[in-house]
Amino acid sequence: MSERTSMSAIELRNVSRWYGNVVAINDITMTISQGVTGLLGPNGAGKSTLLHLIAGFLEPSRGELTVGGAASWRNPDIYRVLGLVPERDSVYAFLTGQEFVRATARLHKLPDPDAAAQRAIGIVEMTGAQDRRISTYSKGMRQRIKVAAALVHDPQVILLDEPFNGMDPRQRLHMMDLLDGLADQGRTILFSSHILEEVERLSGTIQVIVSGRLAASGDFRAIRRLMTSRPHVFLVRTSDDRRLGATLIGRPAVTGVEVTGRGLQVRASDYGAFSRELATLTRQEGIRLRELLPEDESLESVFAYLVES
Amino acid sequence: MFGVQGRVVASITLRATMGRKRVFLFAIPPLILVLVTVLLKLAHPPATDWPSHILGDFGFSVVLPLTALIIGTSVLGAEIDDGSVIHLLATPVRRSTVIMSKFVVAAFLTMIFVAVPELIAGLIATGGATKLAVGLFVGALVGSVIYNAVFVMISVLTTRAIAVGLLYLLVWEVVLGNFASGARILSVEQYSLGVANSIAHNTGLNAHLGLPTAVVMGAVVTVATLAFAIRRLGSFSLKGDAV
Repeated sequence: MSERTSMSAIELRNVSRWYGNVVAINDITMTISQGVTGLLGPNGAGKSTLLHLIAGFLEPSRGELTVGGAASWRNPDIYRVLGLVPERDSVYAFLTGQEFVRATARLHKLPDPDAAAQRAIGIVEMTGAQDRRISTYSKGMRQRIKVAAALVHDPQVILLDEPFNGMDPRQRLHMMDLLDGLADQGRTILFSSHILEEVERLSGTIQVIVSGRLAASGDFRAIRRLMTSRPHVFLVRTSDDRRLGATLIGRPAVTGVEVTGRGLQVRASDYGAFSRELATLTRQEGIRLRELLPEDESLESVFAYLVES
Repeated sequence: MFGVQGRVVASITLRATMGRKRVFLFAIPPLILVLVTVLLKLAHPPATDWPSHILGDFGFSVVLPLTALIIGTSVLGAEIDDGSVIHLLATPVRRSTVIMSKFVVAAFLTMIFVAVPELIAGLIATGGATKLAVGLFVGALVGSVIYNAVFVMISVLTTRAIAVGLLYLLVWEVVLGNFASGARILSVEQYSLGVANSIAHNTGLNAHLGLPTAVVMGAVVTVATLAFAIRRLGSFSLKGDAV
């Protein structure tokens, strides 16, 4: 198992990638080993760039990057241990699913390409549709046949770029179960997503990328706690904003209050405590609560907080 | 020829190329060539050297390069454009195998769509298996090989391969190749005509290079462009996030 684990590791040391003056990936150092790792970040953060670097489809401008101990750039042999499921939906649509996966098996020079193709198609539960042309497949089926092609040579490392895009909830669950199962077999699985819940459901460890930088790295639950315990900003509209503001400023869960034209802007250090106290205080003071709006609940603001902290 | 991997690449390429609607485009120039030949044969024009002008000038400066352009830029360029090439490149297949398999398919298809119609038109025009008909056929076979090496390379270098290829044909082959005598040594059309004329011995073909020069230069251009294409495909990069 130790040999398998060491073969699985993806290592990045001070990797940067820039296009002219634009830095897409900025000095990232990380190690990814066996299990499922989620690459989380907002759109345009650099997740795809990072996956393309790992997959050998981009040259690092600086730094060292290895998969299973070997550099991936200009090294087609890396695909003996690596399987890639790209984000783009373009497949050889004129082939049947079975032809596509078998062709991939033959490109890998597998000793029994038919058996390997059948095994991979079985894993993604596409046996029933394998003789149909890929052009007739739904988005989810295309995604699964792409996964089958990436799995056909039984790789230790699998990279998936936004694998849940365009899938319905049932297909998502199926794909999540599939990735879970592959990780249980000792593989290293790295997938990118901009949706927190996908990563939460699937991965124990995450790497958070924001603006090309590694903003957070490690156990998902710890990072999730960091996310929920960050200062929250709310807009509160009541029958008497000024009086409520004066009362709230004395509460330990509240770090700042500002009366604005739109209502009372409140900064709370503890989301749960503030929610409970607000209800109690308004009732005690006889103030009517008209509206309570979170002002910074976008994923971008969560990511921005992680970068600052 | 290139093992199992080469056969898979060639088979997928052949199905992709022949399956697209552009296959009808391949057939249009040679159909026009054969049709014009038949009409002229029926019309009995006063100039008796019309076969060398039609099949040499029109065939080698329009039909051959245009058909090779459409085929040569589509065998790999279409997959690069739609992104499906990633499924091919994310396997341990040597990039040389990819380029050579694509090139062989492109050259073969161009031979079918140009060299064979040249032979048919030559047989019709000259009334049999004359030196001119055979020379045009062999010259077109050679042109199919060299042009496709150039166009496969262009399709690796740019996503606007057809536009760049057209520009190359117009500026280099037509203008410089015909009007600047020094540039003829770097003209694929002249290599093809040189080979054709070495068999046909026909002044109407306007061949300006001898057989040794045409063969050596044709081989150099073919090897150099394919080597460059292999090198560039080895550095194939995907676009990252919008930055």
